[in-house]
Amino acid sequence: MKIAVCIKQVPDTEARLRVGPDGRWIEEEDLPFIINENDEFALEEAISWAEETDGEVTVFTLGPPRATEALRKALALGAAEAVHLEDRSFQDGDAISTGRALAAAISRGDFDLVFTGSQTDDLGFGATGSVLAEVLGWPHAWLVMGVELDDGEEALQVVREMEGGMNQRIRVPLPAVIEVQAGINHPRYASLRGIMKAKRKPIETPSPSDLGLDAQAVGAAGAGLELLSVSFPPSSEGAELIEGEPEEAAAALVEKLEKEARVL
Amino acid sequence: MATKIWVILQQQNGELNALSKETLAAGAHLARLTDGSMEGVLLGSGIDVLADEIAGEIDMTALHVADDPLLERYTPEGYAGVLTGAIRRSAPDYLLFPHTYQSMDYFPRLAQRVDGVLVPGVEAVSEEEGSIVWTRPVLGGKLQSRVRVKTDFVGRPVLASIQSGAYSGEEAPSGTAARSPLPVPADEIGSPREILAEEQAAEDEVDLSKANVIVAAGRGVGGEEKMQVIHDLADTLGAEVGASRPVIDNEWLPRDRQIGSSGQTVAPKLYIAVGISGAIQHLVGMKGSGVVVAVNKDPNAPIFSVADYGIVGDLHEVLPALTEAIRGAKG
Ligand SMILES: Cc1cc2nc3c(=O)[nH]c(=O)nc-3n(C[C@H](O)[C@H](O)[C@H](O)COP(=O)(O)OP(=O)(O)OC[C@H]3O[C@@H](n4cnc5c(N)ncnc54)[C@H](O)[C@@H]3O)c2cc1C
Ligand SMILES: Nc1ncnc2c1ncn2[C@@H]1O[C@H](COP(=O)(O)O)[C@@H](O)[C@H]1O
Repeated sequence: MKIAVCIKQVPDTEARLRVGPDGRWIEEEDLPFIINENDEFALEEAISWAEETDGEVTVFTLGPPRATEALRKALALGAAEAVHLEDRSFQDGDAISTGRALAAAISRGDFDLVFTGSQTDDLGFGATGSVLAEVLGWPHAWLVMGVELDDGEEALQVVREMEGGMNQRIRVPLPAVIEVQAGINHPRYASLRGIMKAKRKPIETPSPSDLGLDAQAVGAAGAGLELLSVSFPPSSEGAELIEGEPEEAAAALVEKLEKEARVL
Repeated sequence: MATKIWVILQQQNGELNALSKETLAAGAHLARLTDGSMEGVLLGSGIDVLADEIAGEIDMTALHVADDPLLERYTPEGYAGVLTGAIRRSAPDYLLFPHTYQSMDYFPRLAQRVDGVLVPGVEAVSEEEGSIVWTRPVLGGKLQSRVRVKTDFVGRPVLASIQSGAYSGEEAPSGTAARSPLPVPADEIGSPREILAEEQAAEDEVDLSKANVIVAAGRGVGGEEKMQVIHDLADTLGAEVGASRPVIDNEWLPRDRQIGSSGQTVAPKLYIAVGISGAIQHLVGMKGSGVVVAVNKDPNAPIFSVADYGIVGDLHEVLPALTEAIRGAKG
């Protein structure tokens, strides 16, 4: 099968985050960037599907030059080639303008199956894969925890999460967009050989016009949403913080739980 | 501004889901901010009784009802198909959806199809200098963002989903609404997907919903081999062990220990969150807890804003001390 997978490079939210000088986004300088957690699982799913069906994976990302690192990692893990929507005009979009740009890039290939994550850890729209599916006119499945081939190569059986710990099993015809949820598989590690081979694999960087898109229809210009500011949640209504060395703090907490909250 | 606001209500087996009421409260709030009128939309099959109930209970300009056997089972194509036609005919300015998995499954497609603006997961709506500003979590809930529709997109339908807990269902305005039927175009709602089965994700061996005390582990614990501090504290307290999703995905605990929107919903007297940041998908599963204690090394972690007591520090130092202190207190 010919398989596409969309991965996004996102800030590692484990790192110490600071609001940037203009207040509109976090300070990205010196921040570590990683592949979005869901997308690591999407990538593993894509690569193992390609192995099982004797197919090939093309990995897509939309992001600034630093995102090349994420693509190299995907190539080291086993993707055959990469497409990087790196042009300035693609950047800073919303789920719709990003989904449209990715769809345009993917529609140039003859793919049977597209994997994405279900949600990003930075903007967290939970929507880009579904928008992409709508543009391509393909069915989608969101929050996917299992994928199997059904009826030869014509359809998939997909297990998707529903609320409250329930799963739904559905059949979707191919081609389809499968939006993977964390925990679906065990992502592999790159081998040294993989890393060496990745250096020679191609990364294509098409412009909007290469994709038949108007530069005004993608990225920030093509997005209906505008980000005004980011801030830490107000801590005023929050917890009573207990200070001190671990022993002191623990003793003080136990006292409060006993005498004040009366839950011990 | 005089806007038309649609609230898309979600029902299952003839019952309205709780978040729909909260979404109505958000709709009423948005109507006040924009001098607008609120209308409800209800889709399903055999929902006549429910529709009458809502029409007799909620103050809205109209309640549009698509009651059709073709909508017996939810499919994204079915719901998006009905709403596409409705939006094109009636041109609502805003569509508010409850932020559920079902809405999230279809409304991004719908937004793309009607060339609208998509705002998922809204926690607050406000008006600033003549424009509507939406607050939504970013960076895993560690920060909040304020977004608005860009001026050159004003006039397109805005499709937003309202996060659980953002508005109180009790503030849904009481009154009545005039019912009107919504057409169901059979040829535009066919779904290529076939629903085969619905099943429990985990064999629910432990029912955490009845636990009195829960010690919940998060990714901050750092590894399966480091989980002992959690078990020690739980044993000392006679507590059940729960977890955030990454702990389950990494197999440090079995799936039946997961708490949150895709796991169990719990309401113990005491909930101790350890190395959990406090993402909304976790919070919805434990917000009914009595007393919440958080242990986290990051003083900005959102878990502290829902906790009653917090200790900022390394859990591997704090937990052993806490276990000792509780042993001491119990004598
Ligand atoms: C559709 C969907 C459904 C989801 N369902 C669920 C669900 O049911 N339940 C759920 O929990 N999540 C769910 N999630 C995931 C959720 O969005 C978060 O990613 C998850 O809750 C984060 O888990 P965490 O807090 O353990 O990890 P992180 O967000 O990584 O936080 C780890 C925390 O540990 C702290 N820490 C690190 N080291 C230490 C230390 N040594 N001492 C003290 N503190 C430390 C850090 O400061 C940080 O705050 C879902 C996501 C999606 C998209
Ligand atoms: N800039 C991007 N580049 C590549 N894939 C993306 C990008 N943004 C989103 N995606 C994909 O769409 C999924 C959902 O993203 P989001 O709608 O932002 O939550 C992600 O898990 C990715 O697979």
